[in-house]
Amino acid sequence: MSSEPAALPTEHYLSGGWDLKSWLLTTDHKRIGILYLVSITLMFALGSFYAALVRWNLMVPDGSHMSADTYNKAFTGHGVIMVFFFLIPSIPATLGNFLIPLMIGAKDLAFPRINLLSWYIYVIGGALTLYALVTGGLDTGWTFYTPYSTVFAQSKVEIAAIGIFVAGFSSILTGLNFIVTIHKMRAPGMTWFRMPLFVWAHYATSIIQVLGTPVVAITILLVALERIVHLGFFDPNRGGDPILFQHLFWFYSHPAVYIMILPSMGVISEIVTCFSRKRIFGYSFIAMSSLAIAAIGFLVWAHHMFVTGMAVYSAMVFSALTYLVAVPSAIKTFNWTATLYRASVQWDTPMIYVFCFIGLFLIGGLTGLFLGNLGTDVHLTDTYFVVAHFHYIMVGGAIMGYLGGLHYWWPKITGRKYIEAWGKVSSLLVFVGFNLTFFPQFVLGYLGMPRRYYVYPEEFQVLNVLSTAGATILGFGYVFPFSYLTHSVFRGRPAGPNPWEAKGLEWTTTSPPPTENFHEVPIVTEDAYDYASPPREAERA
Amino acid sequence: MPEPGAHAGAASHPELRHHFESLDQQREASSLGMWVFIAQEVLFFGGLFATYTVYRSQYPDAFSAGSHHLNWRIGFLNTLVLIGSSLTMAMAVHSAAVGKSRRIVGFLLATVLLGSVFLGVKYFEYGEKIRPCLGDGPYTGCLVPGERFDASAVHLEGDVGRRVQIFFSLYFAMTGLHALHMIVGIPIILTIAALAGRGAYGPAYHTPVEIVGLYWHFVDIIWIFLFPLLYLIGAH
Amino acid sequence: MSAPPTSTSRLAHPGGHVVSPRVYVAVFLALCVLTVVTVVVNGYDFGPFNLIVALGVAITKASLVVLYFMHARYSPKLTGVVIASAVAFFVILLFLILTDYLSRPWPLTAGG
Repeated sequence: MSSEPAALPTEHYLSGGWDLKSWLLTTDHKRIGILYLVSITLMFALGSFYAALVRWNLMVPDGSHMSADTYNKAFTGHGVIMVFFFLIPSIPATLGNFLIPLMIGAKDLAFPRINLLSWYIYVIGGALTLYALVTGGLDTGWTFYTPYSTVFAQSKVEIAAIGIFVAGFSSILTGLNFIVTIHKMRAPGMTWFRMPLFVWAHYATSIIQVLGTPVVAITILLVALERIVHLGFFDPNRGGDPILFQHLFWFYSHPAVYIMILPSMGVISEIVTCFSRKRIFGYSFIAMSSLAIAAIGFLVWAHHMFVTGMAVYSAMVFSALTYLVAVPSAIKTFNWTATLYRASVQWDTPMIYVFCFIGLFLIGGLTGLFLGNLGTDVHLTDTYFVVAHFHYIMVGGAIMGYLGGLHYWWPKITGRKYIEAWGKVSSLLVFVGFNLTFFPQFVLGYLGMPRRYYVYPEEFQVLNVLSTAGATILGFGYVFPFSYLTHSVFRGRPAGPNPWEAKGLEWTTTSPPPTENFHEVPIVTEDAYDYASPPREAERA
Repeated sequence: MPEPGAHAGAASHPELRHHFESLDQQREASSLGMWVFIAQEVLFFGGLFATYTVYRSQYPDAFSAGSHHLNWRIGFLNTLVLIGSSLTMAMAVHSAAVGKSRRIVGFLLATVLLGSVFLGVKYFEYGEKIRPCLGDGPYTGCLVPGERFDASAVHLEGDVGRRVQIFFSLYFAMTGLHALHMIVGIPIILTIAALAGRGAYGPAYHTPVEIVGLYWHFVDIIWIFLFPLLYLIGAH
Repeated sequence: MSAPPTSTSRLAHPGGHVVSPRVYVAVFLALCVLTVVTVVVNGYDFGPFNLIVALGVAITKASLVVLYFMHARYSPKLTGVVIASAVAFFVILLFLILTDYLSRPWPLTAGG
């Protein structure tokens, strides 16, 4: 660690200009990452507002806080925004965009203009969907099941469907950009097996984005067309099958959950090795397991459909495949744990989020096994058990990783340090709030409380009130990082190139980095996470 | 100032973007990018092909009856037209690779011409099916799925008459999406042709011609499958 | 000592392999013939193999376009991996959906 106080570099990617044009016409992947960061934070706030509506209604068992119709629109708005406009883009479009060229020693992504285009497409899709939500709402659930969505729903289905369709192309273009960048733009010496695991995770994610998203795109387009032009694919009156919609929808939407979790797992791999001061255990297993999750994740979708009326023999096949997909995730968890064994753990905020992730993802993942089993799924499906399961993975897993990553790379992105004490306090609030919100939901689901109902039997009220209390605490837990991280941009102490003494090419350049990322093209001679040797000489501005 | 595209570039080639180290790297990245885009298009159309497969396997009679109502001779000729446009597109790329600028323009315009013939024929085909559905009733011969669909035109009654609407929904959706891809492609080809006319492409740099070519050939491939699957169900 | 670059070799054309127009015309003619075959085989009844025959012809045509018009034959292996992945995942979509429909012991609609 250098003994002089760190200083901001005189020139970096943010010093070149702050006017609207320099942001809205930028092709710099770092600025585009920040554009996404602002957009998805806004979307997260909106999705949280809808969550607050849901939890507020569920404080009382008789649904007296709002009409059933309003409640349907609340949980649908929460799901649509959180899935399509927050979780899917979150880590790839913010941290991925910012870091991937830095991590592989490139000057930018392969297609900088397409990168900017993908942000505009995201904004347009978001605007269309928000318009639908604000001018009448959507009440079909984020899953758009037919024939309700195609024939009976009176809400703004077409507009929301088109908004999501458009946003899907943002995701596809991001994935395309990452795939080409990782194949073609690595610095000399950066072989595949010297790449950071964060990059491997995004490579696997990008494959899912490119191959899966188009199927939901065409499916949701068909829903819009059925409403507008009455085509009849999913209309039983004309021989259509609503279950076909579900097959096509879940072919994407199951791999989509791996789009949401793989980048977060990549973040965990980066943080766990740095804050253990130890090379990660089983690098190639973790790298390959990312690809395995991407591939096997495409084979399991009908486990969302076991009770819909699909053929039982087919359901058996999907159930068996579902058990298979748990294996690569387990491999990662074992490897992270093995990294921690006899490690010299540094308890900074990013590492706290790593521990949150590992424990909560474990619970979320294990509860998935009950759902993947045909017998137990009959009891648990469409109950709060499912809701708790996926929130443990998405919030307890993915969002914890996102927060950890934001804190870890915040000094690199902004050049400033946040106040560590606030980080620790917030992580505690998030952890406590999260568990108080969602653990009771496992119990509620087991006891039989259905999801998406605006009323429930009185005996479930205590657990529901606990859940709402937890959600309130969780909300504060999220507001604090927003505040102190923003504050640090203006008032934080300069961080210097490598405040965490981490390995990785991104830490060899200044904080913030120059526009072209590196003053000279780096030449890579070491393997990743070479924590055995002393910290590299950091590049001065 | 040397003509852009006239010879292989060091870092000084005017078309070399700042984040690439060499024209070769840039070309390989662009080509890979277009192939990855085509991969997602395969899955985009794939959803429709999967829908087609499910319903054809369940309703073979309805699909056969519906298919008999499509004019396979027109489909056959249109297939040859589109394959021809792929030939002219491939020749355009070749002309760029050997440095014959004027021929690039000629072949690209021929591609657009053939593509436009294809679209014109489709417009005519669609018109035949849609016109009876317009205005006030009776909608005799209307083949657009929905309330005005005339099942008696397809010589079917009852359930099969209802199910044949799914065939026509697929016909319009699949050929419509395909036509949309051509409608998007044609202005892009014209833009590339205009740039080629100004000497923008040569042996060292003609990547835009190559990748537009890849896109156009893919659109041709989709039609290669649509023709037998829609027009040729059941012996005629 | 290697042979001097011919007009189609990579050395003479730094932008990549150049395919001779003769190949393109040959592929075009083959595609036309196969289109005629597509129509002709439709006139015969191969029983349960009708669809397989039709698809076989279409796949042959598509392969010619991919290999020659789209230069896949002269492209790096990675191109083949991308094509194979796209096809593979489409097949997965189709096949696993069909495990549902082909193992249902009841017809899709009971009529109406």
